[in-house]
Amino acid sequence: MQATAAAIIESVSGRAVPVRGNDIDTDRIIPARYLRTVTFDGIGEHAFEDDRRGLAAKGQVHTFDKPEYQGGKILFVNKNFGCGSSREHAPQSLMRWGIEAVVGESFAEIFFGNCVSLGIPCVTVDEATINRLLDSAESDPTANWTLDVKGHELKGPVTVKVDMPEGPRSQFLSGQWNPMSELLSHLSEVEQVADNLPYVSGKW
Amino acid sequence: MGKNLYQKVFDRHVVSRLSSGQYQVLIGLHLVHEVTSPQAFALLRDRGLKVKYPNRTFATVDHIIPTEIRDRQRPLQDTLAEEMLQAIENNTREHGVSFFGAKSGHQGIVHVIGPEMGLTQPGMTIACGDSHTSTHGAFGSLAFGIGTSQVADILATQTMSLGRLKVRRITVTGKLAPGVYAKDVILAIIRKLGVNGGVGHAYEYAGPVIEAMSMEERMTLCNMSIEGGARIGYVNPDETTYAYLKGREYAPKGADWDKAVAYWKSIASDADATFDDEVVIDGSALAPQVTWGITPAQSVAVDESIPAAESFPESERPLIHEAYEYMSLEANQPIAGVPVDVVFIGSCTNGRISDLQEAADAVTKAVTAHPGLKVASTVRAMVVPGSEPVQKIAEELGLHKIFTDAGFQWREPGCSMCLAMNPDKLKNREVSASTSNRNFKGRQGSPSGRTLLMSPVMAVAAALTGKVTDARTFFNLSTTSAKQG
Ligand code: SF4
Repeated sequence: MQATAAAIIESVSGRAVPVRGNDIDTDRIIPARYLRTVTFDGIGEHAFEDDRRGLAAKGQVHTFDKPEYQGGKILFVNKNFGCGSSREHAPQSLMRWGIEAVVGESFAEIFFGNCVSLGIPCVTVDEATINRLLDSAESDPTANWTLDVKGHELKGPVTVKVDMPEGPRSQFLSGQWNPMSELLSHLSEVEQVADNLPYVSGKW
Repeated sequence: MGKNLYQKVFDRHVVSRLSSGQYQVLIGLHLVHEVTSPQAFALLRDRGLKVKYPNRTFATVDHIIPTEIRDRQRPLQDTLAEEMLQAIENNTREHGVSFFGAKSGHQGIVHVIGPEMGLTQPGMTIACGDSHTSTHGAFGSLAFGIGTSQVADILATQTMSLGRLKVRRITVTGKLAPGVYAKDVILAIIRKLGVNGGVGHAYEYAGPVIEAMSMEERMTLCNMSIEGGARIGYVNPDETTYAYLKGREYAPKGADWDKAVAYWKSIASDADATFDDEVVIDGSALAPQVTWGITPAQSVAVDESIPAAESFPESERPLIHEAYEYMSLEANQPIAGVPVDVVFIGSCTNGRISDLQEAADAVTKAVTAHPGLKVASTVRAMVVPGSEPVQKIAEELGLHKIFTDAGFQWREPGCSMCLAMNPDKLKNREVSASTSNRNFKGRQGSPSGRTLLMSPVMAVAAALTGKVTDARTFFNLSTTSAKQG
């Protein structure tokens, strides 16, 4: 679990890791057998495990296994990344592998929200742009990239505008991406709202 | 201008506007299971926090629990499963949260037990660390699947941070033909709108087909909203909803009942409510659906062939080719006749009593027509009730005998082979005809296992024939009544 004293996240810099494919679901990001645990410890090494093994069996290599992408921090993906289950184990495994930000054409909603809670900005670009970025990250794995959350920009061999909804963006910029402390500061209002809801108060 | 249910219920639950611009929203019912909660309880412990409303929090064990009686002996043989079970027992005890364990009479899949105990009611906000929480929308509640950080938020504050959604009304017109079920309706909706068609939206399901559905069918429908990318799905409460709830353990009683019904009516979408988007589907035209690929949108009607990649937009073709390869299926091959090795009837999509009743009726019909007919010798078929009450009712009705006499295994309740976190798993490249909700690669426990999603009655037909079979012709389901609606 992340520290609760959240930090301001204005940008993420590092090498890129390209993982191609639409609709990559959370079962592929972290297979269910690695959910059999009461902590998130050690799940980073199992990220994309079945995809990695499947490719290895065919004599191919997944980017997460290629030496040149080790230590990469910014994940490039296609469309509807992280669809499927609500398991926070998915972004936890990517984070523990070393990913600090994700750039893609679109994200599944719960996955996006889980990433916000963990301090992992996910930004979107259009289809043509993500394909250019994936090409670039594949042809030059050593290039350095900076995702500028504040400036709506991804800078690197190719520099492009990126999108992120304003709510989560301001959460990163204000350091409020993990909302628990702010939620805790309104407990008396919580009680008032609860008291006005007949099914909670029992006063129909 | 009228309001829709989403707007009314959301507004009543807003606690504050957060600095991010998101809303702090009260969650009136928090359901908890063993997989996504231990890290959240650990966080509370680290911060010295207590569960804010333990009486609005209910827990069970479903994902990791074995479904064979002999494997349920404590300690569980699987030490990781035992550790998770002990964690939820200890966490709920420490915080005064109700926990429904095995033999409590209420253990089962979290999305089956909430409704059947009457915990799930119209006008609520509901959350659970599980994406299929959308199921509870069948009652006209806003039901969110969440991650573990949000589980911790809700445990500690009974609230979470949420943005507002758009609302798309999906109207299903006409009348379903015999042999076509809620499962087929939702698979057809996902096929039409895509697996990410619902992103940013709540789906409101409406129209004559939905109004005619039982609560259990509505749950099947709302369950898979998430597979269409929608954050939540719901059906407006009506007389069917109230009749289902009346007399259930946690439903309002006595004088409160009438007040509750009046309240529930008040939160339904107004006749002149507006929506951000509208989609209309002709329910009369639907046939039983079967998925052939690796996403729930990759489905066809049982009398169709697997589509050619060229019929999809270019950007989707890589995934179509990936699906052909993974499934070892080809374009233009009829889906009927594809051999299956395993049949799984259960899950939070189709593990309720009406599902088991429909499946058992289909077995009876087939066995009456062909005495001695059994599950095909090449097939391993299992029926897993969604909860202990489902199991009990099914056994009282003798459904378990109908299944076991025909060669199906009858198991103890849990998630089972829906995601195979317990011992129930596919082996190697086995093909499963499954009534669950996800056909993702590796979903049913073998990294190379294959899943074909379908309704319970279609799954029975597959079990008895050993291959994908059109239940309408196999069970001789008349099609004449379909045209009247
Ligand atoms: S039955 Fe399947 S989808 Fe439903 S809660 Fe269990 S694992 Fe999740």
